[in-house]
Amino acid sequence: MTLLPELYMLLFSVFFLFLSVGKKRISLFTAARILALLGFFVTLACAGARGALFAGAYQVDFFSQVFKVLLSAGFTLVVFMFEKENEVENLPEFFMFLGFSTLGLMILVSSVELISIVVSLEISSFSLYAVVPLRKAQTRTQIEAAMKYLFFGAISTGIMLYGMGYLYGMAHSTYLPDIMAKLPQFLAQPLGVLAIILTMTAFFFKLSLFPLHFWAPDIYEGASDATTTFIATVPKIAAAALLIRLTMLASSAPAQMATVIIVLAAFSMTLGNLVGLVQKDVKRLLAYSGIAHAGYLMLGLLSFNREGNAAVVYYITVYLFMNLALFYVVMLLSRRGENVTINDLSGLARRSPLLALTLAVAAFSLAGIPPTGGFTGKFFLFVTAFKAGYLAIVIIAAVNTVISIFYYLNLVRISYSRESEELRPLSLAFHEKVLCCVFNIVIIYLGLMPFGLIDLFRDAM
Amino acid sequence: MLPYLTMNPFGFPILSTVIFLPLVGVFFILFLKDGNKIKTTAFVAGLLTLGVSLMLFFNFNAGTPQFQFGERLAWIPAYNINYVLGVDGISIMLIVLTAMISPLCVLCSWKAIEKRVKEFMICILLMETAMIGVFCALDFILFYVFWEAMLIPMYLLIAVWGGPNKDYASLKFFIYTLFGSVFLLVAIIALYLTNGTFSIPEAMFKGYSFTFQIWVFLAFAIAFAIKVPMFPFHTWLPAAHTEAPTAGSVLLASILLKMGTYGFLRFCLPIVPLASFYFAPFMIVLSIVAIIYGGFVCLSQTDMKKLIAYSSVAHMGFVTLGIFTFTIYGFIGAMLQMLNHGITTGALFLMVGIIYERTHSRQIYDNAGLGKFMPAYVGFFGLFAVSSFAFPGTNSFVGELYVLISTFARSRTAGFFAAVGAVVAAAYMLKLLKQIVWGREDKRDIKDLNVREFVYLTPLAIFVIWVGLFPAPFVRVMETTLVRLFMQLNKLSQ
Repeated sequence: MTLLPELYMLLFSVFFLFLSVGKKRISLFTAARILALLGFFVTLACAGARGALFAGAYQVDFFSQVFKVLLSAGFTLVVFMFEKENEVENLPEFFMFLGFSTLGLMILVSSVELISIVVSLEISSFSLYAVVPLRKAQTRTQIEAAMKYLFFGAISTGIMLYGMGYLYGMAHSTYLPDIMAKLPQFLAQPLGVLAIILTMTAFFFKLSLFPLHFWAPDIYEGASDATTTFIATVPKIAAAALLIRLTMLASSAPAQMATVIIVLAAFSMTLGNLVGLVQKDVKRLLAYSGIAHAGYLMLGLLSFNREGNAAVVYYITVYLFMNLALFYVVMLLSRRGENVTINDLSGLARRSPLLALTLAVAAFSLAGIPPTGGFTGKFFLFVTAFKAGYLAIVIIAAVNTVISIFYYLNLVRISYSRESEELRPLSLAFHEKVLCCVFNIVIIYLGLMPFGLIDLFRDAM
Repeated sequence: MLPYLTMNPFGFPILSTVIFLPLVGVFFILFLKDGNKIKTTAFVAGLLTLGVSLMLFFNFNAGTPQFQFGERLAWIPAYNINYVLGVDGISIMLIVLTAMISPLCVLCSWKAIEKRVKEFMICILLMETAMIGVFCALDFILFYVFWEAMLIPMYLLIAVWGGPNKDYASLKFFIYTLFGSVFLLVAIIALYLTNGTFSIPEAMFKGYSFTFQIWVFLAFAIAFAIKVPMFPFHTWLPAAHTEAPTAGSVLLASILLKMGTYGFLRFCLPIVPLASFYFAPFMIVLSIVAIIYGGFVCLSQTDMKKLIAYSSVAHMGFVTLGIFTFTIYGFIGAMLQMLNHGITTGALFLMVGIIYERTHSRQIYDNAGLGKFMPAYVGFFGLFAVSSFAFPGTNSFVGELYVLISTFARSRTAGFFAAVGAVVAAAYMLKLLKQIVWGREDKRDIKDLNVREFVYLTPLAIFVIWVGLFPAPFVRVMETTLVRLFMQLNKLSQ
């Protein structure tokens, strides 16, 4: 029971592994959707599972189960959103790799031991390295993106291992609780801070936080829409989970770590938003937006308490939905799998009002305008960081919100107020409409009714 | 219930009703296809809201400074955020004004809006909900949500249905306002961390340290000064007004601008009184600069809409001037000016909209000399123009008089310059009026007002004269609240 979600994901992946070998062409989309949805319900059903496995290296607690539900929700939505056969080569493999990656991430959020963290992180990363080049046509860009992703990913893992080596040397244990118990006495030395920051590097990389952000724009641009959607959302949830795990285990708030986090957050959001201003390709723009959002996310980690962590989880939940919504618009716009530029959005409100509305809701949410979830999430982050006494970073984040509105609003502006020559209506299938509506409702629901969910997250921390 | 909040005498949550009735209209509109049905539904939703708001007005107890018709629900308990509504003498009139202006906006767009009627009407109704919400909210976060939510439909109104330069104007509007709002948010969080609650009444007169007050005041003032707009922050206004469709301009002038001054009265004065005293001289100087600068800029305008937009800057200067003189006359004058400006300037924008529908130009020269073939139009125009520069017998006269008395009581120099500003106002409005009525001799084929236009101009005209001759009922409603505010401030200033 405790391992059921992971086992299910494993079976899911293996099932598609067999399909990829065989010649049979059963309806892959339907199969993937039904199985993914089933997986989501299985994960949901296992939310109450508790236990420690493998000599305490694997913790199944409320915390990990909440994240598994989020990961599974993200994965399921990506599977539902994706439907263009001409976008990705080798369809069964595509589902298989996404499944393995989600599996790795699920194991990651339960791991409290250095070796299992590395192993699960690599399970997830290697699947993604393989999935990036699966895009059809445009052979150059996606191969370039895949290579970059592989190299940067490998380097960041290397750095993490280097940091873990120091941690082991200091604490003589690979268990996170042991390490964190001994940490306070080491944090006075530069070595301790260095070790913990180096260990965090791999997760900063997944989150695309400055200075490990540079892979994001190229990979987003080069990978296919569906792959990008996955990379931009699901691994970030697990990365946030691990960062929270690390801060949760630190008994007190180490000032040096807070300083490092503040600097990284400030650079990340400022850089992300400023560079985002000049982007023409929507996916590239979203990459820079993701860099900025990684910065906002750090605000919640600063307080080193349950409230701050709950704010982070809330924000990453909102981020999952608003990002998926925007990517969905991009996916539906590029029926042939080509990259969408900002100018391709012109006249969208006329071509498909629902799609334009989804774009607007998602963009306003990313910018943090009420009554969307983006505002509420950001508000929680601001309050916790302010409460912990970090006013400066709150003001920097607030100013960044204003900067970011330029490019988010630009998306809305072009889709609503610019006319285009192409007025061919963009007809959506029924399930596509439903999915759009679901995104809109969830984003606004998360904005107006955060109670319940935020209390749940607080209990889980 | 809470000490500052009296119960709602009705059997149903009347404030929530007034806020969310327009949303019910939106819900129905979503399922309609036919343009006329959509417009009718929006109009009916607006009328119903007006009806409920009048119920509020007539049941309002003017004898108590407390917040009335209270409602309270827990919203986000983890952060002690509640859904608290209530109105007092400051907000009640603004709610009625909002409910009155919104159906007029639907009427004035009946013919003018041809494309995307459905979305347009949805935007207007969403605006109405958010605007009434702002005036009812007694919780900072609730207030902030309504305050920001308003930006989106207003932005769309300008960006989708605006004039040729709409991109620039809408973007500038949005970013300017958002820039102010984020500081408001930071100040709100700072107050929360000090008080442990987001309740607005509970944050008032708490005796925070002076430095804290200074910072909070500055954060508030940026947000509100941009919204008013006060002098150096006014540049978004002419652009937004000029490019917005008529209904957008009317909403912007009549209600959105009031939110800044409402914010000063509701937040700055009671929450950070010491800082307000400290900054009052600066605010007075900025107000007077706005009055005089706005007036002179108006003198050189050739575009009717731009002229009226700049005259808004000058008129709102009188409001902030009244607030920051800290006398009871100043407060009453400021409140009256808020209403008067809402009615008169809103009406003037409607007038520009009417003539624009006929001549497709906003240039004064193109619309000059209408006296011969549009007598009714010119009659209304004359009334509103005269009201705009505070001619005795019209509404603005009463408000401006209060403000000027208060200003002279505080400082003769300030009073002198404000009076000069009032004269400049007469100069530019009369110049415009003369041009519109007698400016050209040639014959043109322009039709006079139709019934629909009569219908939406008449209530505004009645208000102009009513408030001008007999302002007592309106003053009485707001007096108790303002007197108490004045007494509390007075106690602190000694």
